[in-house]
Amino acid sequence: MTDWQPSASLKLIRKRAKLYRLIREFFAQRKVMEVDTPVLSAAAVSDPYLYPMRTEYQGPGTVNETPLYLQTSPEYPMKRLLAAGSGAIYQLAKAFRNGESGAMHNPEFCMLEWYRPGFNDHKLMDEVAALVQLTIGCGRSEKLSYRELFQRYLDIDPHQATVAELKSVAEERLELSTTMDDRDGWLNLLISHLIEPKLRQPTFIYDYPASQAALARVETDSEGVAIARRFELYVGGVELANGYFELVDSTEQACRFEADQRHRQQLGIESLPTDHRLVEALEAGLPSCAGVALGVDRLLMLATGATHINEVMAFPLDRA
Amino acid sequence: MASYSTNEFKSGLKVMIDGDPCSMVDVEFVKPGKGQAFTRVKMRNLKSDRIWERTFKSGESVEAADVMDRDMEYLYTDGEFWHFMLTDGSFEQYAADKAAVGDATQWLKEQDVSVVTLFNDVPLSITVPNFVELEVTETDPGLKGDTAQGGSKPATLQTGAVVRVPLFINEGEVLKIDTRSGEYVGRA
Repeated sequence: MTDWQPSASLKLIRKRAKLYRLIREFFAQRKVMEVDTPVLSAAAVSDPYLYPMRTEYQGPGTVNETPLYLQTSPEYPMKRLLAAGSGAIYQLAKAFRNGESGAMHNPEFCMLEWYRPGFNDHKLMDEVAALVQLTIGCGRSEKLSYRELFQRYLDIDPHQATVAELKSVAEERLELSTTMDDRDGWLNLLISHLIEPKLRQPTFIYDYPASQAALARVETDSEGVAIARRFELYVGGVELANGYFELVDSTEQACRFEADQRHRQQLGIESLPTDHRLVEALEAGLPSCAGVALGVDRLLMLATGATHINEVMAFPLDRA
Repeated sequence: MASYSTNEFKSGLKVMIDGDPCSMVDVEFVKPGKGQAFTRVKMRNLKSDRIWERTFKSGESVEAADVMDRDMEYLYTDGEFWHFMLTDGSFEQYAADKAAVGDATQWLKEQDVSVVTLFNDVPLSITVPNFVELEVTETDPGLKGDTAQGGSKPATLQTGAVVRVPLFINEGEVLKIDTRSGEYVGRA
């Protein structure tokens, strides 16, 4: 057996080191502080389609085993630092997502996350574009609203189309084994199967449906539609980054946690402890800011032309 | 019958889709960061040979197909069926019909070992070796001394297959043929 050896070549392992150095220089020049927050948390992510891994602590300070969750992103603790007055911060963090494995996914991966007080989503998109240009040199990026994206590639308005219309667009072009009754499910299917593979040049998508806001603030756009100030970046047919003009309203944050819990119940998924410390931090006051998370392994894949994530990871899941 | 969940999907897995046995060619995990996971599978219908893609929701299951690849020695044909025997020492015989044998007939030589794909214990398809050695039964006389000039002529082989061969080849010679392209490789 040779599976003690890394699956990435030494050349790519060196390229990763160089990429980390570029990222750290980029933020040092911009006076964004590197931080380190724990991978383990007593609370878990609320997102219904993220499955955190669970472990437990037993030892001094506890009587019973204390369940702990591996973070799916460093978002909550980083927002607590922002509320504590940290100013602009970034982190190269390990994140863990159960159930995710494939050419573009490893259950443990490296996430670059950063927050910019005083920025909105569009100003942060410009900074993301600068970082991507610096690290993979891929030319000018394009910006499209979620509506423009669907109009261009599928000739439908994603905010107005009925579930039946979304379903028929999907079924005309794809063979599906089952059906779905939720609108966002169909929108995600259409994006991931029919649009994403065509987004070769860096493309920012912004103004997502309010139902896909996650932790972004929701506003009404010029057509009177409720939209989330959320954006994503696609490069080379790959989903590379996801960002928000961050929600700072603690009451709204608590409501979204509850809504996520209800959604999890409907899906029959175990409800997990929500992060009351994040809600308390928002109550104390999160500065107006924009934040983004970017998949560093995918960035390295795009920089080197790798087609499977195992080519850029020293020891992916099957060698971990 | 057993079934497989999307987590068990991998290329080569044989499953029943709409009543037909299919083999997975490529399995792709698709998951938007904030959305639900899908498994996109490129499949080959083992009856029609058609390749197409189907998307499953992660967590779904599909029925396993009772499909097995077995090494078998070709015995003979009675005109309607082509008869094969397992090479595992059991001497068990299987009869493949014209639909199962398809284009493989032209490369089947007695005692050669092929892979017979069984579906519910009935031959579904035959995969002959990539290279076979067959005798020339009919061709124009060879040109003496012409070994390098290029040029070719048709030759009929012992199985009835007709291939293009160099001009210097004579009847009775045994040739190595690439069954995937149907091309002459060299003298055996």
